[in-house]
Order: sequence, then C-alpha cells, then structure tokens
Amino acid sequence: MLAHPDVVAAFAGGLRDGALPPGVTAPNPEESALRFAVYRNNVAQSLTEALGRRFPVIQRLVGEDFFGALARAFLLSHPPASPVLLAWGNAFPGFLEGFPPVQGLPYLPDVARIEVARGLAFHAADHDPLPPAALTRAAQDPGLTRLRLHPSARWVPSDWAIVSIWHSNQPGTEAWPLRADRPETALIFRDRGFDVPVHAIGPGDAAFLQRLRDAAPLLACAEAGSRAEPGHDPAPLLGLLAQAGGFIASNTEDQP
Amino acid sequence: MTALPAAPGLGFKAEHFAEIRATRPALGFWEVHAENYMGEGGLPHAQLAAIRADYPLSLHGVGLSIGGPGRLDRQHLARLRRLCDRYVPESFSEHLAWSSHDDAYLNDLLPLPYTSETLEVVCDHVDEVQEALGRRMLIENPATYLLFAQSTLPETDFLAEVARRTGCGLLLDVNNVFVSATNHRTNPAAYLAAFPLDAVSEIHLGGFFTEALPSGPLLIDAHGAPVADPVWDLLEEVLARRGPLPTLIEWDNDVPPLPTLLREAERAGQALERYRGGVLARAS
Repeated sequence: MLAHPDVVAAFAGGLRDGALPPGVTAPNPEESALRFAVYRNNVAQSLTEALGRRFPVIQRLVGEDFFGALARAFLLSHPPASPVLLAWGNAFPGFLEGFPPVQGLPYLPDVARIEVARGLAFHAADHDPLPPAALTRAAQDPGLTRLRLHPSARWVPSDWAIVSIWHSNQPGTEAWPLRADRPETALIFRDRGFDVPVHAIGPGDAAFLQRLRDAAPLLACAEAGSRAEPGHDPAPLLGLLAQAGGFIASNTEDQP
Repeated sequence: MTALPAAPGLGFKAEHFAEIRATRPALGFWEVHAENYMGEGGLPHAQLAAIRADYPLSLHGVGLSIGGPGRLDRQHLARLRRLCDRYVPESFSEHLAWSSHDDAYLNDLLPLPYTSETLEVVCDHVDEVQEALGRRMLIENPATYLLFAQSTLPETDFLAEVARRTGCGLLLDVNNVFVSATNHRTNPAAYLAAFPLDAVSEIHLGGFFTEALPSGPLLIDAHGAPVADPVWDLLEEVLARRGPLPTLIEWDNDVPPLPTLLREAERAGQALERYRGGVLARAS
C-alpha cells in the first residue's frame, strides 16, 4: 500500500498529466477516470480564472480561449508557490516575453506589467498621506527635502503605447483603433478611494520619479527630469500624486 | 473569545459592501476566505475592518493543506496568525483536504484516504494550527468525487477521532454531505446519523450543480446556486438533534445580488427558529 506522501504525489502528478492515480475508486470503478477529471478540471479552471482576474486586459486582448491556453502553459512552468493567489502572476509578463505564440503582439508583456503593478498597488501597505501643509513646506526647501512615494506607486516604461492600449480595453468599452508603435510610460498608484488608475507620463516624469524613489532631494529629482526631457515641469506630476495621497512622509533625517 | 451566534451568516463579497453598510442587514455573522485578506493593505482590509466592527466574523481558510503529508507551510500559518490577531474572529475553520504539493498550490480541496496513517497526519496538523493560532479550530467535512481503495475508516469516524484527539470542533457542511453521499451512492441520512454532531460548532449550506455519469448523477460542489431542497431537509435533521447552530450560506461563484443571499439566509433563520428553546419544547 502506498504511503500518504506517495498517494498525494501520484494524485498531483495525475492532475498535471491526466494519469489516473493508483488507489482511487468509485461505486462503479470504471467511472473513476471521469471523476478524477473533475478534480483535474477544477484545478486548471480555477487557476485560469484566478490569472484572468489579475490580467483582464491581456485576456481581452488575446480572447478567452487563447488566454485559457496561455494560462495552462503558464501554470505548468510557474504554478502558484503559495495559497495567496493575489500574489500569483508577477512572472507572467516575463513568461509572455518568451512564449513564441504571442511574439506577434510585442506590446503584450508591458501591458501585463501594468496589470502586475495594479495588483501590487491594490494590495500595497497602508500609509497616512502627507498633509498638504507639509507638501507646501517641502516645496520651499527643495534642495534638502526628500519626499517618500507611497509604496503602491509604480511606473512601467515601454516602447509601445501601453497606456492607450490599456484604456481602450476596459470592460464596457469598445476597443478603438490606435497606433501601438510609439513609446508610453504608465504611472500606477492607489488613490485615496482605493482605485488604481493608470496615467501616461513623459520621460521627464519617469526620471523624476526614479530619483524620488532613490530618496534624492526634490531639487535633484527635478534636475534628473530636465536632463531626461528638456524644459520638464514636475508640477503637474506632483499635483496629481499629492491629490491622490501619493506621498507619505517628508523628512531629511531618516533617509540616506 | 466569544462564539459565533446560532444564527444565519453569509459569505462577505466586496461588491456588496456599500449596500451592507447602508442597510445593515440583520445577520448573525459574515464569513470570509482568509487567503483573500493576505495582502498588506488597501480596500480588502478597509472593508473587512468595517464589517468586523459591526458583526461577528468567521475566518475560513482554504490553503493550509491540512490533509497533505509533511509539514504545514509555516509562512502561511504566520499569515493566519496575523489575521487572527488583527480581526479576532469568533471562529477559524479549515478543510479535511489537501491543496498543495511540492510547494505548488493547486487551488482545490483534494481528497485523502482515511487510514490510521492519515489520521495521525491530520491530527498532528490540527495540533500545530491550534498551537500556532492559540485557539480552537473547526475542521470541515469535504465534498468528494472519488474514494480511495486503501481507506479503512469511514469519514464520520475519521472526523470524530480528529475531534476527540485534538479537541478541535467540526464544521458540518450539509451540502457536502448530500453531494458526497449522492456521488458515492450512499445515504446522506445514514452519514448524519454516524456524524459526531456534539463536536459541530458551525453549519455550511451551499448549492451544487449536476453532471451526468453513466451510473447516475455526479454532483459538483460549486457554490454557485441556491441551496437544494434535499439539503434543507437534511438541515432539519441536524437541527432536530443539535438545536440551532451558526449556519452559513455559501455562494462564491456567479454571486447574486445581496437580497437574493439575504432570502437564503432568512430561510436558514426560519429553520433555526423552529428549534430554538430546545428540541423537547418543540415536541411538546
């Protein structure tokens, strides 16, 4: 008789390859394979649905049937490593990059990176936003002041029009024709109402944010923005983030 | 720690949050799947904190793989501990099933043989959970589609022994009783007659869908339909023997509008009322 670890290993193996595990039976034993197929289908179907909830735009772009095939290939190579499925799928963009059948949709991995960022932002830790008065004070001494971005804030640079593609493939909208081969950078953060919008930002904004995340003083961030995009004005980006609660603390002491 | 009230409860769904806050439906408790609240922050925690402030809470895990071999996932136990510490739920429950293998999570409640070997495995795991969480847990009877030739214990004896050895409580899913009995061509009333009802601290009710096998129906525990009439009848049998218990309506797929769920909960509440004041009082 198989020991329990072997029973479970054989069952799990059968879920992958379809082989009926030894020892399983039913009142009509010849129906065991049909019954085992229920478990096999539940596993594949429920994980496909979980991936679809995290990547609804990818699902819409490739269609539900093709997404099902994509999901099955992904879960063979990248099964969830924990029962916390809300954290599963961070490797999906990289998987898409190396998956030959989708090479004709070169923007797909970066659109998937937006969806990864949105999932991470949705579940990111809570922090009290910086009060407006503190932000005003910060602006008065930009050479020293460092602002901390909310941990939900992320951005995704791309050679493709990923923000436009993402917006034109939302539920209830009909995708509109657009030119995909122009660069866009997506900014993603969770706002005070727990929404996770997707904004397009320019190269100056992206350079500014990178220095901000590196804990550079505001002035150095602004210089990086101007170098990346001559004449760059960070005020609109700062206003957008401030309104959304995108800054969480201002200090000069406890940052490197 | 207080217990869940002997009243109907519902599974909390984020899409119902605003309506729940606006209408404050009279319900005994809400139940949530623990794994959906294991992110660090954001909307799920804001909603759960608000719900928890107004109602008793049942935390229901689906990922511990208590019926699997080897050690439990320590990280997952620590995540459960953090949730229990934060929300102080009146109840924590998990399943007699396994769901992970070789560090891969399979996202289904998979069956195990019932033997002296697996009994020890399950009891060790229940002990470990109760120690890690510092509380008594409930174990739920599964819905199964297959049997194991090597099983030597009936499921009811297995669960009774787990409860006896570990001191854990049981969560009796009456829909699972009906689904499994139908699938294995046995009598659900006989299963209930053999079930250690004294250890039961919560009841689950849910809906199934039906597939056809050459030998007859195969019921799938899909949590996507109203509770079926034969399951309501089985509930009466349980209540007649045990009196009212916390009773959850599970509806996790194709979730209907809140009023539909409240109607199912109301029907459960009416059944509970029939057995309040003691079974003898009702008979006289």
